[in-house]
Formats: sequence, structure tokens, C-alpha cells
Amino acid sequence: MFVGPFMLVFALVFLAPIAYSLYLSVFRTQMVGGTTFVGLDNYARAMQDPQFWEGLWRVSLFLVVQVPIMLGIALLVALAIDSGRLYGKSFFRISIFMPYAVPAVVASLMWGFMYGTRFGLVGNLNDALGISLPDPLSPDLVLASIANIVTWEFVGYNMLIFYAALRVVPHTLYEAAEIDGASQWQVVRAIKLPAIRGALVIATIFSIIGSFQLFNEPSILQSLAPNAITTSFTPNLYAYSLSFSGQQYNYSATVAIIMGLITMVIAYVVQLRGMRKEA
Amino acid sequence: MTARPDLSRRVLRGTAAAGVLALALTACGGGETESGEAAQDADAALAEGGEITVWAWDPTLASVAADFEAENPGVTVTLENVGTGNDQYTALQNAIAAGDGVPDVAQVEFYALPQFALSEAMTDLTAYGADQLDGTFTPGPWGAVQQEGGVYALPTDSGPMALFYNQRVFDEHGIDVPTTWEEYVEAARTLHEADPDAYLTNDVGDAGFTTSLIWQAGGRPYQVDGTEVTVDFSDAGTQQFTSTWQTMLDEDLVAPVGSWSDEWYQGLSDGSIASLVIGAWMRGNLESSVPGAAGDWAVAPMPQWESGAEVTAENGGSSLAIPAASENADLAWAFLEYATVGDGIATRVAEGAFPATVAELEDPTFREEEFDYFGGQAVNEVLADSASQVAEGWQYLPFQVYANSIFNDTVGQAYVTDTTLTDGLATWQDQTIAYGEDQGFTVDP
Repeated sequence: MFVGPFMLVFALVFLAPIAYSLYLSVFRTQMVGGTTFVGLDNYARAMQDPQFWEGLWRVSLFLVVQVPIMLGIALLVALAIDSGRLYGKSFFRISIFMPYAVPAVVASLMWGFMYGTRFGLVGNLNDALGISLPDPLSPDLVLASIANIVTWEFVGYNMLIFYAALRVVPHTLYEAAEIDGASQWQVVRAIKLPAIRGALVIATIFSIIGSFQLFNEPSILQSLAPNAITTSFTPNLYAYSLSFSGQQYNYSATVAIIMGLITMVIAYVVQLRGMRKEA
Repeated sequence: MTARPDLSRRVLRGTAAAGVLALALTACGGGETESGEAAQDADAALAEGGEITVWAWDPTLASVAADFEAENPGVTVTLENVGTGNDQYTALQNAIAAGDGVPDVAQVEFYALPQFALSEAMTDLTAYGADQLDGTFTPGPWGAVQQEGGVYALPTDSGPMALFYNQRVFDEHGIDVPTTWEEYVEAARTLHEADPDAYLTNDVGDAGFTTSLIWQAGGRPYQVDGTEVTVDFSDAGTQQFTSTWQTMLDEDLVAPVGSWSDEWYQGLSDGSIASLVIGAWMRGNLESSVPGAAGDWAVAPMPQWESGAEVTAENGGSSLAIPAASENADLAWAFLEYATVGDGIATRVAEGAFPATVAELEDPTFREEEFDYFGGQAVNEVLADSASQVAEGWQYLPFQVYANSIFNDTVGQAYVTDTTLTDGLATWQDQTIAYGEDQGFTVDP
């Protein structure tokens, strides 16, 4: 009786959409011919779909490069603020966290404008300094440009997670280390990092999910760089294009389900690894 | 708006035609009798009053709806802007799929109409006698609203193409107005050499522009016969386009600025984008969105593929259609008729729309109107002439909305990589065919 309302909400909000997506994914609706049951055909098609795999490869690359950079910066900032040696630490804490409060759409628009080589910041720099910076929205650089936006947005968020974890480390440990003559660097390596391992794992898992779900930033920048950001740039963008421009709801649901499964598996592996070391 | 004698005459003629039509069709018997009855139903619905919802982004329809309500007490027209172009089609497609919240009238661009017509998502307006409007509209738009012998929408505006150019920039660099595409490329070179920051035009890959130029060059890549579709970007017209435009891309003669972006408007305003070959609706858009360049711009006929020819194509253009799921189709038709062939035209033209009706385009008042923005030029004359020179026989795919959505994935690569336009078009063709087959069409390359 007690869990009844919870189960009801859970079923409606979590299970129903997944069940509906699964249901959609085993059909095919054609403009000519209507809807037919096709079993696992859509899954077979996704397995051989180069556009899907290219998108997955792109977000994987993004994950491997951007996430360590972002978490590294976040960790450095958190340690710096926590060390207590920084003047005006609440100012730094707030200003680094601030970008997280900017909606992703606004952030992308803002950066997109700065990236402009004609009237944007890049264009102004080129004019002012008489140089010719490469176009950040060209096909070769656009992924890095998106990584830059995402890093800007989420360093503060991750920093706050790490900082919160650091705050609860008992100060007696530091004092003991100081008596033993440990350097600051040794304190960080031997006390602080092990103490916040849980927070590191959580932040990593969030970042993995975020990378695989990359959508807002490329979707907004697409209008500025339509040739560099294709409709299948990331798996999520691909699912969106399939569904909304192509009316391929069934295949779109399939792509979404496969992406969900892959994300789950990788997040689970990371969690297992992270927790095992902790034990 | 002053009443124009020719307009009321035309309306009278239309009424007479409808009357004759009703008689003729009643005589035919069978299902055909519905034609006359449907038209009468519309009159009855109008007298009875009611409410219709119109999905459109065309700003001039607001006054039309207000006038329509004023003329017909008891009728309420709710005008909703659910997005421009693709956004609206997505919403419409979803509403139709859900069978709920479907509007009574929807604005649909010509290129998107076949998709809705094929799936019978729109009402065939021949039941209301729309097929008798042959000759009312210019050939381009009229051809665009017909599918398989049915009329699925009525044109509201059209986009016969012309060369909009910045006279000030042209004068400054001693550039003559190009009459052929060869001269256009030459003008692009001259301008860009004289001022490296200036370009004759912009282009980052635009499906509508590309297909329109292929259309003008005589290419007919799309052939549609029911569910049998041909997609072939290898014909002579297409090649003529690609060879010329490839030169523009190779020599970096087009500004890498997307249309409708802020940079685009700035470029049009400061002269760094010095011309556009674009639909006639650009006249109103320049006036309202690029006020800074008032007096600089002028209009000339579209550059030709063969010297001395007078062939143009359509670029854009919209129509109003009645979704089959509309619960008030009779009243919707009354509004549609008012907006597209009735008094609504005059209202819309007065607010800057470019009409699709022959009577307006041939009307001396319309043709001779001088525009201050264009330095006093009688711009409509050039544009109206273009409307009568549109090449015939062009067809859009019944899944053109999707095809256009992947244009930048494929052809767009020619703008940012070493891929050529020809290769890009071939990839576009392959992916379009794959989609068509997947959707159950019989597609031949």
C-alpha cells in the first residue's frame, strides 16, 4: 500500500515511455504501405547504418578527450579553492559556477556568435591583429569548438561536486599530515583524492551520459555551420532528425534505445571499476 | 486599399464560372455532384458562422483574417504561428498523425505540398470547384498545387526569381548588371578582386536555391508519377548548373554566410553581399529587414543560361491548404477563397506580399508602382515578367521536405571540403532514393 503511489508514478513516468519506444521499434511505417510489424529489422538496420556509427564514434571521441579535460580543470579549481590559499575564494567559486546557470541554448548561441569569422570575436581578432585564425566552425574544428562550449558550461558544476566532497574531509587528517611533514602535494595525493573518489566516479558517470546525449550545442550551432554539423552529427541529433524531418519514428526509437543501452553499459562498467578500487 | 475595377471584374467572372461549374457538374451525376454541393455548403457555413483555426507564419494573413471576420459576422478565425517552414510541417505532421489538434487551414510551401497531398492529408479542393481556377494563377504556382488531377491548395504568394543587386556597389566598382550566368561569374570575380571583403552573393548550400537554378537551366531531376519516382541529377541542365557554380565555389566567389543569419542581413546592408538571385518575395523582405540599404538596391531580370533567353524559375512560394482532418472544411474553404482569390489578395499585396494571381500581376497599378526603397524603380514590372517566364514541367518529390533536410549533409560538403558539387548531388541522389524506397516508393535513379 505504501509503495503503491510510487509504483504508479514510476510505471507512468519511467516504464511507459520505454515500453512505448520498444513497441515503436518493432514496426515500420511507410508513406506508401502503412504500418507493418518488422520484428528486429530496425535493429539490424542500425547495426549497419554508417551514419549512426559515425555519430557514435564522434561522441566517443568527445568523451575520451573532453571529459578528462573538463574534470581535470574542475578538480584543479576545487583543490585550489579548498586549499584556502586563494584570495576571494567565494568570488572564484561563484564566477566559475556561473556558466552552469546559463541555459545551454543561450550559451551555444553566445559562443556561436563569438566563433563567427566575419562579425564575431574571431573575426574581430583577425581584423585587429591582422592574423587569420582558423574557422572554429569548419568541419575539422567544430567538434573541438563544441567541446570548448561544454567545458565552459560544466566545469563549475563539476567543481562544485568536488568542492563539496572536499569540504567533508576531516581537518584532523590534514593536521596529522602536517605534523608528519607531508607537503601539500602529498596531502592532495594521499588524502584528498582518495577521499573524494566517490564524487569523481559520480561526476565521470554524469559526464559520460552527457557526452552520449550531446544534442543542444550541435543543434543550435547547426544553423551557423549546416555543412559541418550534419543531421547525424551525434546519435541524439540523428534520432531527432529521423523523427522530425523524416517521419521515421520507428527507426528513431530504435536508435534511441540502442544509444540508451550503450550508455547504460559504459556507465555501469565505469561505476564497477570505480567502486571496486574504492573497496 | 483602394478598390480596383479590374479586381471586382475578375471576382465577378470567378463567381460566374463557379455557377456554371455547379450546373455542369450537377449534370454529370454520380460523385461529381458533390462539387456544386460543396461550394453551396461553403456559403451555408459562412452564413451560419463558426470558428476556424489557421496555421500560418505569413504576417499579411492577420489583416486578411480580421477583414474576413468583419465581413462575416459570427465567423471567428484563429490565426496561429506554430513556426516557419519545417517547424510548421513537423507540427502539422504530428497533429495529423495524432488525429488531434489539426488546423482547418495550413500554410504550406510549394515544395512541401506533394508530401501532404500524396498521403491524402489535405482535402482535394476540386470538390469546391478549385479546378475551375485554371488561369487565375500564374503557371508556376498553379502547377505546384496540383497533384494527380487534384488541387490540394491555393497559392498565396509566389517566388519568380530575379536578380536583386546593390546598385551603389555595382557603380562603385564599374560592374555592369550581368544578363547571363557567365557574366555573373565574371562580375563576381571583378567585385571580389576589387574588394576582398565583398562578394557578389552568399551561399553555404541551400536546397531551394540549387534546385531552382537547376530548374531554370532545364534540369528535371525529379519525375513523379504517383508512387513511382525518379531522382536523377545527371541531366544536362544539372550539369550546366554545377559547372558554373563549381567555378564560383572553387574561386571562393561566394560569401560563406548562411541566408537569414544576422551576418547575412549585415552583409546585405553594408554592401559586402552585393546581389541575390532569389524569389520575388525578397522585395518586401529587403524593405522591412534591411532598412539601412534603402536606395542602394535595384532589381534586374534573372541571369540566363543562354544569352538572350527569357527563362526563369520559382524560388519558394506558399499556399493555403485544408487538412483532411479539418472539422470545418466548408468554412475553411470560404476563408481560403477569400484569402487567395478574393479581396484578401489586395490586402496582402498592400502589405508587401508578392501575389500569384495573373490579374494582379498584369494590373498596371501594381506593375507601375514605384518603390522609394529601390530608388523609384518599378520593381514589380521585372518581377511580374519573371512570373510569366517560369519554365514548365518542374516537379518536387513527395518527400521533398526530408530530401531538403539532408541537403547540407551531402551537397553541403562541396562548400567546406574537396567534394565537388557533382559528387555531392550524387550522394544526395543516393540518400534520397534510399529514403524513398524505405518509404515504399518505387524509385529509379
